[in-house]
Amino acid sequence: MTARPDAGRNVDAAPELDAAEVGRIFREESGRSVAALIRVFGDIDVAEDAVQEAFIVALRKWASDGLPPNPGGWITTTARNLAIDRLRRESRGRELLSELAVLSSGNGDPSLPEEVGPVQDDRLRLIFTCCHPALSRDSQVALTLRLLGGLSTEEVARSFLVAEATMAQRLVRAKRKIKAARIPYRVPEQHELLDRLHPVLAVVYLLYNAGVANPAEPDLCSEAVRLARILATLMPDEPEVAGLLALLLLTESRRASRTRSDGTLVLLGEQDRRRWDRAMIEEGQAIVRRCLRRNQPGVYQLQAAINAVHADAATIEQTDWSQIVALYDQLLAVAPTHVVALNRAIAIGEVRGPAAALALVDELALDNYYAFHATRADLLRRLGRNGEAAAAYKHAAALAPTDAERDFLRLGGRASRLSNG
Amino acid sequence: MAQYLLSVHSVEGEVREPMTEQEMQQSWKQVGILEKEMMSAGAWVFSGRLHEPDTATVVRVANGEVLTTDGPFVESKDHLGGFYIIEARDLDAALAWASRVTAAIKVPIEVRPFAAVGAVDDALAAQSPGDRKA
Repeated sequence: MTARPDAGRNVDAAPELDAAEVGRIFREESGRSVAALIRVFGDIDVAEDAVQEAFIVALRKWASDGLPPNPGGWITTTARNLAIDRLRRESRGRELLSELAVLSSGNGDPSLPEEVGPVQDDRLRLIFTCCHPALSRDSQVALTLRLLGGLSTEEVARSFLVAEATMAQRLVRAKRKIKAARIPYRVPEQHELLDRLHPVLAVVYLLYNAGVANPAEPDLCSEAVRLARILATLMPDEPEVAGLLALLLLTESRRASRTRSDGTLVLLGEQDRRRWDRAMIEEGQAIVRRCLRRNQPGVYQLQAAINAVHADAATIEQTDWSQIVALYDQLLAVAPTHVVALNRAIAIGEVRGPAAALALVDELALDNYYAFHATRADLLRRLGRNGEAAAAYKHAAALAPTDAERDFLRLGGRASRLSNG
Repeated sequence: MAQYLLSVHSVEGEVREPMTEQEMQQSWKQVGILEKEMMSAGAWVFSGRLHEPDTATVVRVANGEVLTTDGPFVESKDHLGGFYIIEARDLDAALAWASRVTAAIKVPIEVRPFAAVGAVDDALAAQSPGDRKA
């Protein structure tokens, strides 16, 4: 299955059900249904096929009867019944069903078509399976978008600029490994949770950043925020999960002001702050405050806190840079990377001036990182060393990962605070 | 339950932190304890350590005749030094044993599932409806 059900058909017959609405329901609900059916049938392909088929049935039925009161529940129940019907027709399926009957002897006959209530944990099980450390990061990302996000293979491929056939193969291989190696479908126990949570959060964060770099349909930024929200609902006691949601909300709040209509980047200091989304900022800041009270800092919480400080300032000049430096000190302590050190140096430049920042920046081994050269260029320019600044801009532009960033640097744009934009 | 091969790969001539006599003793002791634990947990199926690859012999049939050659099948710097076959509930359980083996012997372990258990199902799965789509 390479595409979502054709949402355009039959819409004329029932004007109350429009294509966008069915598309939205699919995006919202398919992950939940797929997760529930994997639990019931123990097989990802069976679950995916059945949910897909259920949406095709739904398009027809809803067009004539209107939306059921609980579309998600309707889809899950219908998909389950469709899967059972199909399995009964296949010999391998009958074996699978009899195995299920043995396994779930406590719950009665699983082939009885009853209402399937979504178990709260199903999507959580699914994301831990998708992001199992035995799968490559590329596979983790693809599986998460496909199974949990309800994106078609074609959409997943497009969002990572990969050929559809390549993506299809990646997904098939990953699902085969899950099955053959028996990657479990369960939420890790408390003592393993911290290790296992790391790739889950990394995947969602990567999705967001991929969305920033490639602003195309499907909208990966919104998808990442939605996934972070699901995780935060499912794991309310994990501070880093809350931290990730806050970080994404606070970053996403600046979306409208982040790029010009021609796609070029606008620096944090030059953004029209009136266009920042106040509702997202308030939600993000409230989460940051709760994290501070909990006092178990981690990389996502600290980055969220830094963004919360930016969100507080009405203008770039009013930014509480010493607060930001203090947060970067903490961040550097938990994540001692050169990229963090670079961002900390930029903040120090705002407090103690460009010479102090440049001294710190020049100690970093980031020669292949465009933001390193962009930062140097800006600091050199502020110190009046224009020849060196021009060379650094040129160097940065050559390394820039996206056209928007490249154009920006070619114009000799000021690069400080770029990373916070 | 499923079975997994935990294989220990050694790389010829690879510079490894040489173990002292005492560390060697310690490592053997840990492996001994670990294997006993595997057995009492019902996880141990078989294990063994192999001689160097230059002790290997390959036989093959060519033109209806059995041909015997001296040396390993593949000339490679990387060779199988030893292995465990274990029984485990799922990959996480297998990885947990593998992590303890690698901690004791300080060499990476490859974990690979056997296709034998429920062979028919697995073989079907490998070429089945799943391949039609992703």
